[in-house]
Amino acid sequence: MQKELLSGNEAVARGAYEAGITFASAYPGTPSTEILENISKYKDDIYCQWGSNEKTALEEALGASFAGARSIVAMKHVGLNVAADPLFSASYIGTTGGFIIVSADDPGMHSSQNEQDNRNYAIAAKMPVIEPSDSQEAKDFVIEGIKISEEYNTPVMLRMTTRVDHSKSSVELGKRVAIPEIEYKKDAIKRMLLPARARVKHVEVEKRQKKLEEFSNNFKYNYIIKGNSKIGVVASGISFQYAREVFKDAWFLKISMPYPFPEKLFLKFAKNVDKIYIIEENDPIIENFARLAAPEKEIIGKDLFPLNGEMMPDVILSTLGKKDLTPKFDISTLPIRPPSLCAGCPHTATFYNLNLQKVYVTGDIGCYTLGGLPPLNAMDTCVCMGASISVGLGIEKALEKAGKKIKQAAVIGDSTFFHSGITGLNDIIYNKGKSTVIILDNSITAMTGHQDNPGTGKTLMGEETHKIDLVKLIKDGLELKHTYEVDGYDVKGIKDLLKRELDREELSVIIVRRPCILLYKKARWSPMQVDSEKCIKCNMCLKLGCPAITTKNEKAFIVEDLCTGCTVCSQVCPVDAIKFTDNNGLHIADVSIQEYLDGGKK
Amino acid sequence: MKSIIICGVGGQGVLTASNLLSDVLLEAGFNVKKSEVHGMSQRGGDVIATIKYDEKEVLSPLPSINNTDYILSFEKLEALRNINYLSENGVIMVNDFIWEPLTVAAGFAKYPEDIIENLKKYSNELIIIPATKIAQELGNSKATNIVLIGVLASNMDINKKIWIETIKKNVPPKFIDLNLKAFERGYNYNK
Repeated sequence: MQKELLSGNEAVARGAYEAGITFASAYPGTPSTEILENISKYKDDIYCQWGSNEKTALEEALGASFAGARSIVAMKHVGLNVAADPLFSASYIGTTGGFIIVSADDPGMHSSQNEQDNRNYAIAAKMPVIEPSDSQEAKDFVIEGIKISEEYNTPVMLRMTTRVDHSKSSVELGKRVAIPEIEYKKDAIKRMLLPARARVKHVEVEKRQKKLEEFSNNFKYNYIIKGNSKIGVVASGISFQYAREVFKDAWFLKISMPYPFPEKLFLKFAKNVDKIYIIEENDPIIENFARLAAPEKEIIGKDLFPLNGEMMPDVILSTLGKKDLTPKFDISTLPIRPPSLCAGCPHTATFYNLNLQKVYVTGDIGCYTLGGLPPLNAMDTCVCMGASISVGLGIEKALEKAGKKIKQAAVIGDSTFFHSGITGLNDIIYNKGKSTVIILDNSITAMTGHQDNPGTGKTLMGEETHKIDLVKLIKDGLELKHTYEVDGYDVKGIKDLLKRELDREELSVIIVRRPCILLYKKARWSPMQVDSEKCIKCNMCLKLGCPAITTKNEKAFIVEDLCTGCTVCSQVCPVDAIKFTDNNGLHIADVSIQEYLDGGKK
Repeated sequence: MKSIIICGVGGQGVLTASNLLSDVLLEAGFNVKKSEVHGMSQRGGDVIATIKYDEKEVLSPLPSINNTDYILSFEKLEALRNINYLSENGVIMVNDFIWEPLTVAAGFAKYPEDIIENLKKYSNELIIIPATKIAQELGNSKATNIVLIGVLASNMDINKKIWIETIKKNVPPKFIDLNLKAFERGYNYNK
């Protein structure tokens, strides 16, 4: 049997291939992004695509299941909030081809705005959820999930977590199964959720959950490991691995399907032990079921262990008082290394100007959220995908009603605008808002590692496609006359436009264009240098927060290896002290954006 | 069970090095688990990858405080940031290289001057290698990570042939020569 070291995300992709899945969809979001990126390696066998957001992606995958295809949709935990509407309906309707919904949760919040436990969604939507604890299980559970989905007429949630997504462990590779041919049948009774039909469906769903509970009791991945003591440990997901490292002699109940809860199996397990520890990340899902099943038993769960963060061995040990985590060296004294916008990032000049303008900036989710950190400090809110525009409208209207006035701008990226910013813009137009909406169009979904979107002209499978032009969409489509375009490297152009539009008593949209610098990192652009004779130590260039700019003998100094020659710092320098090292070299800012997109990749 | 931390700054090749190391260990017949942090930390932030291996089953892929056998740091400050993971008998290998965080450049913080003293104080064995300088001598500072992998290899008990064959498999053909030279320089550095 061939073995490979795969990340959990790579393993899910492999599982999709082996399970005979033929349709896959997603909106990128850490830690889930690599699932679809890896599925695209099987594009001859699996049709795959990015949706505009998680809701459309889930609906598209559900449609594929209706058509008889085995399908999968993947998203990060907060993405499932966006897709919650079709999630609940999908549970009532059920499936035709097997249907897996991957929720990649982020305990510890490595790159998320909250720590929600999406097993709660499975319970609320009444669908089974399975939790792998390593890459082998991640692959196997896709295959198992498809079987459960088809046999029980239900979508199946696969709950991943960051450590399972991004850790690598060995996986035995198998063959792709033969795909059953299912003829597409119209079935309005099944798939048209009207109140009268849904009432019938709900009864069926409850019966289905009872059957699934029986399945869970016998599911081979819910199992007991015998121990040498009277201590029992119940654990799921990556916590199972953590707990096994800590409780060496204990009995174990490995739960791979926490809902429906395998109550009979749990009771059988509980008989062997006097005391039960329940080790799970985030919410007490298993714990609550266990306490209900065996109220007389001594159970230790979230009454002792934290509800937040990861349950890694050190956390379990220190909670139990078995390990002192007091550091030998206090690292809190060390300078931090916060993430920052890249050298040459086309967002920098916009945030620099917003900071100078002293406006109220409602922000959004992407690389550009980093514009809210020092030294740029140009963002006041960050709520969720697409919220910049709509939150801004609420602030404006509330203050207007209270007789107050502020200058307000909303900042959003191109991919986030397509995701859910456009609906907020509709609201501003409809409700006569006066905001200034800034769309930072870097021609890619950058933060998650460069995924295409409806504005890039390329699909996940690498095909050329129609490119939705934001200027045409807004200026011609929505008939917004105050729609303007400006180059992301044009500091004065952005400044003038911002000043004028922030004063305007009408809605305006500014589209700041420049492709993400990382799309072109291999090109040899001439860097810039500081003439230290001329530098007056005013630190204006340092206020850009560019990683290429540092200090030497108190004067500004550019690290040539990092500099891309975007010229933004030379434009903010009041004494003209920053020049190209090679005037005849290739200069990014001189290349028109179209040329840059067409031929900039060297 | 043994565990290794590779750390540095986003863009230094930490993840590439950790993949190479995982492949070497797998090839040498061990069970291997590797963890890394993605996402925001890739934008100029600190990066850490952990590799755990054993002849028996490996459980948690994460590092534990006071329980890591080797730390290989691509940058001095990052070595100190992870020193608490090092076990009593652990070995720490540090690239003699400073990458100032933005907080230092902007004047909000000071780059510590006593890094080496602290590393000495809290480790059993400290090896400092001018890996970036060596890579530059070889004509490409990007080979820094392979020089460092060479140093790690010289401290581990794994057949040298496996390292060389894995490097050949992992790097693009035109960089094989450079990387093998980088590996040798690192491998022989401490001898």
